[in-house]
Amino acid sequence: MRSRRLSGNHFLLLLVAAVLWAPLLPLILRAFTDAWRYPDLLPERLTLRGLRTVLGPGSEVLHGLALSTAIAVSVAVLACATAWPAGRAIGTHRFRGRRAVQALLLTPVVVPALAAAMGLQILFVRLGLAATIPGVVLVHLVPALPYATSILAAGFANLDVDYETQARLLGARGVRRTVEVTLPLMRAPLTAAAVMAFLISWSDFLLTLLIGAGRVKTLPLQLFSAINATDTTVAASVALVVIAPALLLVGFAAGPLARFSQANLGRGPL
Amino acid sequence: MNSTRTTRVRARVQHQGGTLRIALMLAPAMTVVLVFFVGGIGYALLQSLGYQPFIGRTDLSLDAYRAILDDPAVRASLGLTLRLALVGTSLSAVLGTGIALLIHRLGRSRRWGFALMQLNLAVPHVVGALAIGLLLSQSGLLARLAHGAGLVGAPATFPALVADAHGFGIVAEYVWKETPFLALLALTALGRGTDQLGHAAQVLGAGPLQRLRHVIVPAVLPPVAAGSILVFAFVLGSYEVPYLLGRPFPATLPVVAYEYYTDIDLSYRAEAMAIAVLIALLALAAMLGFLALVGRLARRAT
Repeated sequence: MRSRRLSGNHFLLLLVAAVLWAPLLPLILRAFTDAWRYPDLLPERLTLRGLRTVLGPGSEVLHGLALSTAIAVSVAVLACATAWPAGRAIGTHRFRGRRAVQALLLTPVVVPALAAAMGLQILFVRLGLAATIPGVVLVHLVPALPYATSILAAGFANLDVDYETQARLLGARGVRRTVEVTLPLMRAPLTAAAVMAFLISWSDFLLTLLIGAGRVKTLPLQLFSAINATDTTVAASVALVVIAPALLLVGFAAGPLARFSQANLGRGPL
Repeated sequence: MNSTRTTRVRARVQHQGGTLRIALMLAPAMTVVLVFFVGGIGYALLQSLGYQPFIGRTDLSLDAYRAILDDPAVRASLGLTLRLALVGTSLSAVLGTGIALLIHRLGRSRRWGFALMQLNLAVPHVVGALAIGLLLSQSGLLARLAHGAGLVGAPATFPALVADAHGFGIVAEYVWKETPFLALLALTALGRGTDQLGHAAQVLGAGPLQRLRHVIVPAVLPPVAAGSILVFAFVLGSYEVPYLLGRPFPATLPVVAYEYYTDIDLSYRAEAMAIAVLIALLALAAMLGFLALVGRLARRAT
C-alpha cells in the first residue's frame, strides 16, 4: 500500500500535517521545561517537575482524571442507550414526522446549549442536581445525544434487517436476537457513537462550569484554572494529561469514526 | 367482503401499534431534548423576561432586552462575536474544502489524510487555546522563529496576535480546530462518485474549470455549508477560547453573559439570560437563513 513516489501532493499533505500539529509542539516542549528564554528556539533545560506535580500523590489533577473519565463514560453509556432506539426508529422506519423528529433531535448542535444550561441551573438547584456529578452528566447528554443519534441512525439505515428476520424465524427472541445478531452488526456505529459522546463530555468546559458551579472539577476546568495561574509548565502538563487519553481513544476508534463521519455530521465542531 | 374488512382493520391496528412502538422508541431521546434543551431554553427565556421567583419577581417585562441593547459592553460584543464567527467559519470552510480536494487527489494514501483530519478531534478547545497562545504570543514559538530569521527583535516588535484588537488568536484557534471537521465532510462528499462524474464530464469535453464548477462544487457545497452552520453556531456559543485568547473588552457574547450571570447582584441575571437567548436566536436565524438559501438553490437547480 505504501506509495513509492513522494509527489507534490504528498508534500503538500505533509505541509498541512505540519501546520495542523504546529500548535502542539510548543505545548509539549513547555510541559517539560522551566527555562525557555525568549529568543531561544529550544528550551535550555528539561524538567519533569510539571508532570510530577500533576501526576504526583495527592494531586487534584489525578482526581480530575478519574472524575472526567467517570462522567464521560456515563455520558457515553446514557447517550448510546437513549440514541439506540431513536436511531433504530429513524434509520429503519418510515413514519410521519420523521424529518421533524430528526430536526428536533439535532437542534442542540445548531443552537448553542449555553442558554439551555443557564436556564436549567434554577431547575437543577430545585432538583438537587446543581453542582453534582449526575447534574453534569445530564447536561453533557444534551450536546452528546444528537451525535449519537445521527451516527446510530446511519448505522441502522445500513443494517440489513434480513439477518434479524432470519434470527427471528430461527426462534431467537428479543434480547438474544439483539445481543447475538444486531449488536455485532452494529459494532462500528456503536463504537463511533460511544467515542463521540465520550469526547464531547471529555472536552466540555462551559456546561460543566454552569451546572457544576465550579465544584465539579473536570480536567478542562482544572486546565482553565491552571492557565489562569502563572505556572505555564504545570498548565502545559495538565493539557498533556487531557489530550493523551483522548488521542488513544481516537486512535483506537479511527476506523469506525472515519466510516461514520459519513453520517450527516459525524464529528462536529465540539 | 368480510375478510377484506378484517384485513383492513387488522392493518390499521398494526399501523397504530407501529406508531406507538415508534413513539416509544423515540421517547427517551425526545425527553432528553425536550426537558433539558427546549425546557432549559424556556426557563432562560422566562428569566430573561424578568421572572425571578427566588427574589420575588414574577411580573414579565422586556427590560432586560432593552438594557442589553443599550449596554455598550453588549453592543461592542455583538459586532465582535458575529465578526469572529463569520471570519472563523468562512476561513475554515475555504481551507477545509481545499485540503479535502488535496487529500482526494492523493489516491491510495487518502486514508492517511483521513486519519490526519481525525486526530485533532481529541484536542479540546481549552487545550487548543493554550497551544495557540504558546505558538502565537509575542514570546511564542512563531515569534522565536521570526527572531531566528532576523525579522523581529524584542518580543514587543512581533505583532500582537493574542489578546489583540482583532481577535486573531481566537480566529486562529477556531480555524485550526474546525478546518479538519469541514475537510472531512467535503472529503466524504467527494468520495460519492464525483470521480466517475468528473471523468464523464471530461469525456464530454468539459475543461478543468467546468468540472470544478459543475461537478466538484455541487458535490462539496451542501455538506460544507451545512457543517459551516454548525461551526458558526458553535463559535457563537463558545466561552473558553475568547476568554483565554481575547481581550476583556470587547469580549464575546458568551463571556459577557457569564460575567453577568455570576454577578453578585442577582438583578443582572435577567440580562445574562437575555444575552444567552440572543445567542440562541442568532444561531437559529443563521440556520433558517441557510435552509432558505438551500431551498432557493434547489429550486433554481430543478
